[in-house]
Amino acid sequence: MSLADFVPFLPEIFLGCAGFIVLLAGIPLGRRGSRPVIALAVAALAATAVLIFLVGRPAAGPQLILGDMLVVDQFAVFFKLLVLAASALALVMAAGYLDRAQYSGGEFASLILFADLGMFIMASGANLASLYVGLELMALSVYVLVGYFKLEVKSNEGAVKYFVLGAASSAILLYGISLIYGTTGSLDLETIRVTLAEVPHQNFLLLLGIALVAFGMLFKVAAVPFHVWTPDAYEGAPTPVTAFISVAPKAVAFAMFLRLFAGTFAGEVEHWRMLLWIASAATMIYGNVAALTQINVKRMLAYSSIAHAGYALMGLVAGSDAGTWAVLMYMAVYAFMNLGAFGFVILLESRGYAGERIEDFAGLARRHPGAAAGMLIFMLGLAGIPPTAGFMGKLYLWAATVEAGYIWLAVISVLMSAVSLYYYFRLVVQMYLKEGDAEDESPAEMLSDRWAGAAIAVCAVMTLAIGLWPAPLVGWAKSGLSALGLV
Amino acid sequence: MIDVCRSLPIWLIPALPAAGFVVLALVGARFPRRWVAIVGAGSVGAAAAATLCTAIGFLGRPPETGVIEERLWSWIDVGSFEIGFNLAVDALSLVMIFVVTFVGFLIHVYSTEYMADDSAYSRFFACMNLFVAFMLMLVLADSLFLLYLGWEGVGLCSYLLIGFWYSDPANGAAARKAFIVTRVGDTAFAIALLLLYKHAGTLDIQAAMAWAADNWAVGSGIAVAVALLLLGGAVGKSAQLPLQVWLPDAMAGPTPVSALIHAATMVTAGVYLIARTHVVFELAPTAMTTVAAVGAATLLLAGCSALVQTDIKRVLAYSTISQIGYMFLGLGVGAWSAAVFHLMTHAFFKALLFLGAGAVIISLHHEQDIFKMGGLRRRLPGVFWTFLIGSASLAALPLVTAGFYSKDLILWAAWSSDSGSPWLWAAGAGGALLTAVYAFRLVFIVFFGDERGHVERRPGLLILVPLTVLAVLSVVGGFVETPSALGHVSFFFDLLDPVLPPAHATVAGHGTEVLLQTVVAAITLLGVGLAFFLYVRRPAIPAAVKASPLGAWLCGLWLSGWGFDTLYDRIFVRPFVAVAGLLRADPLDEISSSVARVIAAGNSALSRTQDGRVRTYAFGIGLGAVIAVAVVVLT
Repeated sequence: MSLADFVPFLPEIFLGCAGFIVLLAGIPLGRRGSRPVIALAVAALAATAVLIFLVGRPAAGPQLILGDMLVVDQFAVFFKLLVLAASALALVMAAGYLDRAQYSGGEFASLILFADLGMFIMASGANLASLYVGLELMALSVYVLVGYFKLEVKSNEGAVKYFVLGAASSAILLYGISLIYGTTGSLDLETIRVTLAEVPHQNFLLLLGIALVAFGMLFKVAAVPFHVWTPDAYEGAPTPVTAFISVAPKAVAFAMFLRLFAGTFAGEVEHWRMLLWIASAATMIYGNVAALTQINVKRMLAYSSIAHAGYALMGLVAGSDAGTWAVLMYMAVYAFMNLGAFGFVILLESRGYAGERIEDFAGLARRHPGAAAGMLIFMLGLAGIPPTAGFMGKLYLWAATVEAGYIWLAVISVLMSAVSLYYYFRLVVQMYLKEGDAEDESPAEMLSDRWAGAAIAVCAVMTLAIGLWPAPLVGWAKSGLSALGLV
Repeated sequence: MIDVCRSLPIWLIPALPAAGFVVLALVGARFPRRWVAIVGAGSVGAAAAATLCTAIGFLGRPPETGVIEERLWSWIDVGSFEIGFNLAVDALSLVMIFVVTFVGFLIHVYSTEYMADDSAYSRFFACMNLFVAFMLMLVLADSLFLLYLGWEGVGLCSYLLIGFWYSDPANGAAARKAFIVTRVGDTAFAIALLLLYKHAGTLDIQAAMAWAADNWAVGSGIAVAVALLLLGGAVGKSAQLPLQVWLPDAMAGPTPVSALIHAATMVTAGVYLIARTHVVFELAPTAMTTVAAVGAATLLLAGCSALVQTDIKRVLAYSTISQIGYMFLGLGVGAWSAAVFHLMTHAFFKALLFLGAGAVIISLHHEQDIFKMGGLRRRLPGVFWTFLIGSASLAALPLVTAGFYSKDLILWAAWSSDSGSPWLWAAGAGGALLTAVYAFRLVFIVFFGDERGHVERRPGLLILVPLTVLAVLSVVGGFVETPSALGHVSFFFDLLDPVLPPAHATVAGHGTEVLLQTVVAAITLLGVGLAFFLYVRRPAIPAAVKASPLGAWLCGLWLSGWGFDTLYDRIFVRPFVAVAGLLRADPLDEISSSVARVIAAGNSALSRTQDGRVRTYAFGIGLGAVIAVAVVVLT
């Protein structure tokens, strides 16, 4: 390990320092609401992005640093930038929300930055140990964020459930890692990959290890049957936190999933493909069917995010180049759509409470036509209707799945997309076709919050722009492939 | 200069009006009217300037292949299926973008005054800009897929603008009719595209055409099928028999809309489509004959209907159908360039006539009945003179009008081309008589005789200037291509030559050509004289004819456009509504609703798994882990 190894690591170092600075700066800045400290945190995220462009990119091919613990490659850069974008948008949306609820912004922003640091390590970990450390750093920050509204019972309940189940799943994941270490003698991903070719394939302990690691990953992406924490945690968490955790941790969990299963364990694909096929199908069916009757928009979007993890899993089942970059593409597309949809939930207020019920959206098109049109874009996108980005994302996943020969999985996902139209359009029907409660003297209103409005506008523009002009994102997602040794 | 022009990106041409649409749609409602007018007309004006620049570059240094291609981005790229967002300019699309942007710009300028009192000023210009953008995409498209996108886009804008004054249900009904009837044609078009893709494996226009020419035999069944399906799309969009019924009703939209969409540009998209895919049509002689027959029949039927209309805009609408019939006749006999030439001159004089009609209509406070007009020659001299020029060009008055030169070429090809026949020529010549009569009937009734209406306001400069420019174009626009007996200028055909082959002619005799020209010219003058005699000198005669039983029956038939609406109502609409009524309570629905019931039952079962207790959750996770291990170990 030389000093030069730290240069590509500078973005992570900077991000960690920024987390402490934001935490401390939150004390003096906090007197004027959360906006100044959140602006500082967003500036830190922007600076991190600049650092990634300056020093954090691979010069030529993947570059192992810090004693082979981390790898700097295009694949990691893709997810790091996605995490930065999602965190910045979530922070900007959170500013007004925190002020209204009278919680401070300093700790909030610094927890997001620490979670981002964990996710950076997950995205570029080249060793099971470093991956696990990144995962835990992310998870611990997120547990606290879910319970951030400490005076609210639902927030606490969500955090505790998430923590208990998360800790249990971490234990199982660690057990799986130890089994893999025991059979291959290494935690280094590349060494494991090479050793796997020599170990007899029917080695029970090895397969048990792979199954348990798969379990840990499925838990993190909230796939059925390991999704159980999701609805409660998503509903209980402060809405900007829900927006954040439904997007960024899910994306990097997929990054780690891909690095392990499309990279390291690719040789054992015949053993884990069936598991992922079942998980993907079950997740799509469960998420979409369970979302149908939800009356709370956050809970509905929680089930919807479970369903989207199922769609993305199709790319892993396909196990091809096309499937892998389709997952990258889908995570980026899904991030903007989901953040935008949660953004509107953040802004809607009904009689002094957050407008989280479906009925709160009634008649919105008449009172706030712009907001309703924006929500329509996100609902169309999540349902996968062209010309939004959601359609493009699903199209590539379907293409990869069909090409790999998993026609039935594609058929299930198409059918479930049709089911999903029902609950996404329940909201659209409320907005456009319902009059709003006549006796209700103060129907739900969109708060005017320029920050959140701007963040939502960015999401809406991206949702449409990627749908019409996907080429740059596709090219970028494809560039992430070579790192996995797939091409 | 030429290099600068060649380096101008082509995508700017559709992007400018599209940007205008975005601005107006998002913030137009908050703009003062002046800004809306500047953005609305300015964006199309800028597109016209960009077109001019592209034209200079194209003509100054013609590309070697005859096409300037611009690859923008890959839109969909799945497996072997790739759809690019690519534009191409060749001579044919150059003519089209020239017509669309220049005529479009003049109509936008005119609209800034015409629509000045409308409360939805910015919505109007937003839709108009969107239309221009889609129309430009249609003609610049490099692939049939993109062309289809523009095709549907202009259909959408047509729908939005016919129903622009949506508070009157009749306008909404007219808009729906236009949309649904053209959709019948669009379906045929879509099937044609799928067939072409299935066989050629590409929707890229040049590649698909080259493939068809190499692989399909002349007269082969597949070529005929694709050509006829393409024709289906074209007759829907261009309001030709049997799908012509929507265009007269489309006059419910504001008059500038009728001028731009339902006369000058969108309705000629069918002509463009056939010219663009002429390779397929050349492989299908049956389809060519059908195109010519459709054109000939349409031009006669619509010409008769135009004779008896009383609404000024409906006269022009039937006239549009009839003139597009001429273009189809030209296409059907292989005179591709002549049809495109007539498309261009028609765009000039028909836009002029519609805008003139619009000026009359608002001067008389939205009066459209020609028998409540009259004597406007003295009250509206500017409108009168330009309208007269437009009518002369429509009637193809010999030597001095653009319409004469373009129509003459079509008629000559109908006679002389290999696939032509004296019958087709006779239909065209008969149509020429009808055209002259109905065109000048309109002039004489509206602008001569006694004053019957009260002129409330006079058109201003923003209306008169576009009229004048279009009047000039309606005259000089024909001098770019003249027959051999009259100077033999061949600029236009030379320009189109790399794209559209000349008509095959074997019987061409110079003497015959001059003789036929003289005959048609005489017929035209006879028609004008007849109109003068019937509507100025002896107005009692048409009245008496109308009063006779046979005359009344014929008038009623022609007034209703040969009763197609009633016919379609009987054989399509009513059975459809009846079947829809039957199916409403149909047990077939049970199949789909049972799916919904299963899903709902599944939902309630799954909801029970989410009971909020951590121990249930942990149990589920544990069970899942066991299953996961079992699946991995056992597979």
